[in-house]
Amino acid sequence: MALIDLANPTRFMALAGRILPWLWAATAVVLGVGLYLALFVAPPDYQQGETVKIMFIHVPAAWLSMFGYGLMAASALGTLVWRHPLADVAAKAIAPVGAAFTLIALVTGSLWGKPMWGTWWVWDARLTSVFVLFLMYLGLIALWSAVEDPNRAGRVAAVLILVGSVNIPIIKFSVDWWNTLHQPASVFRMGGSTIDASLLYPLFICAVGATLLFLALALMAMRNEILRRRIRALELVAVASASGAAA
Amino acid sequence: MIDLGNHASFILAAYGATVVIVIALALWIVLDGRAQRRRLAALEARGIRRRSAKGGSAS
Repeated sequence: MALIDLANPTRFMALAGRILPWLWAATAVVLGVGLYLALFVAPPDYQQGETVKIMFIHVPAAWLSMFGYGLMAASALGTLVWRHPLADVAAKAIAPVGAAFTLIALVTGSLWGKPMWGTWWVWDARLTSVFVLFLMYLGLIALWSAVEDPNRAGRVAAVLILVGSVNIPIIKFSVDWWNTLHQPASVFRMGGSTIDASLLYPLFICAVGATLLFLALALMAMRNEILRRRIRALELVAVASASGAAA
Repeated sequence: MIDLGNHASFILAAYGATVVIVIALALWIVLDGRAQRRRLAALEARGIRRRSAKGGSAS
């Protein structure tokens, strides 16, 4: 099947239906192994002690909060440049999943910050920019709900998504550009990771598992959105038929 | 049982909050999917079909 064939929503529905059981199975296995290693095998950190266990959910959630927005930005380009029929569906479906993972990053970060920093929250660059990302997700969800015509809502949302994507490099480099309470990059950095392998491998496995979970949820939400648009089209057909019969 | 040290409550709260958020999201997506399928089935039961549809199922 050519990639362009996926532009057809019916074919996409069928393919997603076949992929989803395997995706859920892979999610269960990878996330299960990752969490087992994180909770029962990984040693305590020499400075943070057992609170480092929060890292195994906080860091993947934080990565996926940005990954989700990146996917939405790519979808926004698909909507505006190529008018791909599934691009807006993807962006709209990913938004609540991205918002949920951003909320997880904020909540777990706060729960990690209190014992390590002595405070639940500070308005520093990293924390504030991630909070802004969460508000952007909520704003986009509200926009899609407020505009009745999905095509019009999709075009407006696509422009807003692309404008908002300036926040992603700000989140990534905030710890380098400004003095923040948040630690600088310790996994993807010049010179290699500063995290010991005994903690790094469980972290990577948890991150892969969380990514599979994200993709499974997003695919399910995409299928729902395609059905919603199909229903809207049928309702328009019903109204047109009723008008034609009355005339 | 693993020993989570002095900050066990923070660790358990972080994992608990994550589980609650993920389950709430998954439940919302599943229930939304069921609601859409019910609405689609009701429309098709009334004989309303897309012009492009040739008797295929919607799922």
